[in-house]
Amino acid sequence: MANEVLTGAAAIIRSLEMLGIEHVFGLPGGAILPTYDPLMDSKKIRHILVRHEQGAGHAAEGYASASGRLGVCIATSGPGATNLVTAIADAYMDSVPLLAITGQVGSKLIGTDAFQEADIVGITMPITKHSFLVTKAEDIPETIAAAVMIATTGRPGPVLVDITKDAQQGKAEFVWPPKVELAGYKPVTKPHGKQIQAAAQMIAESKKPVLYVGGGVVRAGAHKELLKLAELINAPVVTTLMARGAFPDSHKQNLGMPGMHGTVPAVTALQKADLLITLGARFDDRVTGDVKSFAPGAKVIHVDIDPAEIGKIRFADVPIVGDAKEVITELNAELPAALKSAKPDLKEWWSFIDGLVERYPLGYTSAGDGKLSPQHVIERIGELSGPEAIYAAGVGQHQMWSAQFIKYERPNAWLNSGGAGTMGYSVPAAMGAKVGQPDRLVWAIDGDGCFQMTNQELATCSINNIPIKVAIINNSSLGMVRQWQTLFYNERYSNTDLHTGTDALMIPDFVKLAEAYGCLAIRVEKEEEIDAAIKLAIATNDRPVVIDFIVSRDAMVWPMVAAGLSNDEVQYARDAAPIWDGVE
Amino acid sequence: MSRHVLSLLVEDKPGILTRVAALFARRGFNIESLAVGTTEVEGLSRITVVVGVEGAPLEQVTKQLNKLINVIKVVELEADQAVQRDHMLIKVRTDASTRSAVLEAVTLFRARVIDVVSDALIIEVTGDTAKCAAFIKVLEPFGIKELVQSGVLAMGRGSKSITEKVLK
Repeated sequence: MANEVLTGAAAIIRSLEMLGIEHVFGLPGGAILPTYDPLMDSKKIRHILVRHEQGAGHAAEGYASASGRLGVCIATSGPGATNLVTAIADAYMDSVPLLAITGQVGSKLIGTDAFQEADIVGITMPITKHSFLVTKAEDIPETIAAAVMIATTGRPGPVLVDITKDAQQGKAEFVWPPKVELAGYKPVTKPHGKQIQAAAQMIAESKKPVLYVGGGVVRAGAHKELLKLAELINAPVVTTLMARGAFPDSHKQNLGMPGMHGTVPAVTALQKADLLITLGARFDDRVTGDVKSFAPGAKVIHVDIDPAEIGKIRFADVPIVGDAKEVITELNAELPAALKSAKPDLKEWWSFIDGLVERYPLGYTSAGDGKLSPQHVIERIGELSGPEAIYAAGVGQHQMWSAQFIKYERPNAWLNSGGAGTMGYSVPAAMGAKVGQPDRLVWAIDGDGCFQMTNQELATCSINNIPIKVAIINNSSLGMVRQWQTLFYNERYSNTDLHTGTDALMIPDFVKLAEAYGCLAIRVEKEEEIDAAIKLAIATNDRPVVIDFIVSRDAMVWPMVAAGLSNDEVQYARDAAPIWDGVE
Repeated sequence: MSRHVLSLLVEDKPGILTRVAALFARRGFNIESLAVGTTEVEGLSRITVVVGVEGAPLEQVTKQLNKLINVIKVVELEADQAVQRDHMLIKVRTDASTRSAVLEAVTLFRARVIDVVSDALIIEVTGDTAKCAAFIKVLEPFGIKELVQSGVLAMGRGSKSITEKVLK
């Protein structure tokens, strides 16, 4: 039977359908118009029309991070494509499987500075795992299949496919499945047996091990294997910002988040460890602080699917390239034998750590200005919504508090922009998460600064019946920047006042704004109103909900290791460093 | 700063040179010389890069290069296990009084004259970097009007080929 002849545009849609794509986020324009025509007829793909392409990108990220599936976004050429750039960079930093399809001007017009022409392949080269320019209709199925394969395998990441208008309008036989040949792409997922043995041996000999768990464990879906490993070796676990939920917070071995705003026990355990069992983490500067003084006495087992991460920042005594799930599974199989000969006695290590946990729990004091404590608001959202909900944060203080004060019990419940630190991530990411996981309660926990960057997607949510809940932690300022100004710039608050508070100009009035977008809007200024507002938000599912929590601007994120300092100098609170008696 | 010669076997796809060059720039490595061309296998190109490495280890750049989808293989060619050649064209000022001295240098360095006019010669020379540098030093007193050179070309010694395993 002869193959069906399709336009390139129809081939794009058909390819996506064949690959099992059910949702795409996008916004049409001239150069992608041909593709939007067959998209209208697709029974398998739901297209969600966003209000800004950045929203499409973050929505696709949120969709991917919440569901573990590929996120897809579509934009037109030129500014449509460049508006995706922030989201693509974000996905690159946080290893999110993302497919970005962009229209491009006709192949004959490329290079002529045509209307809405931008070299998006060139622009995104350093922030994509790979990118393609397609100029012929017959190349479309193969390219899209290759792009999806690259985005979703190995270390996941964003892949851009730029398709010229004439390729969309041209016709070609639709051949499926296409032949995908990528000679230079062979991700290693299976670890080397000898390295597994060496790691098991090192674990058996360690007196002060720490499982340093990163986002790779979440992306690999290796949380069950991790739980088994942790209980097998009884080591303390720290979960990085990207890995919150990879290990249950309720588990007694979980010390919480390490790093700049990590818990004192997590930061200190890494510093004093004799072995870091590093799983899908990359020694980010926000975790290590001053790298030279980071975990000075520790040997390192480094497991990562990306060989380039191993040894990039910290020498690995036992490097293991592989998929976290496969590696941990093999390690779990290897360990019993190694532990039989030398079962480590971790009693002393745990008694040191337990002392830290007891003396330095996460906490906060009320700010004393009569306004809400942001930490308390976030804590209550977590407690009333529970571990099955999804929490997407923006970037800044509210993000750190959300990482600290919500208890995560499962992976993919915590979404945030970790590597890139993209303000504006939360509302569209929550929208994407809700589309991917419609039965879950989805919160966007946002700052008043972040919210003003992407709140236009509330229109998308209202119109498309995507009932997310938005909690604006409104301190009327760019809070994290303000915190640094308080601590390091003599309280000189240069350009951090946003005037969104109820005692300020209140521009914009978030309640009015949210109502204008068709949302249920609630303002909370008193502590006793917090729970009722959260409960009303949870109960309201016929439209999105926005709660404007008016919080103190003087609340700060603690503990803190100031940028560039050693983790040994972690501050528990302002002017309060932990006391290290009985250390070593 | 240490100097390394890397040989990259790459798919002949649009933008591959940009990807490679941009990666060096983005990761803070310095390209000293670059040579690009096709190979004996259709669809495959070879990029020879001389890279100056300071601080971060060479390993990081090779690992990052390997992550590029169109890069098939990255090999470091150590000086004692590979032949390396520079190729240079040099336009030298000559007149009746200096020509024979220049030609003598050409013979000594096993270079070739490929263009002659009354007041200049174009000389072609190949050899390793040190030889070419020495040749330039000898010619300098006569007056070098123009100089152009290829990047270093390098190939591993012995009968093995970089493309062997790739083609199975």
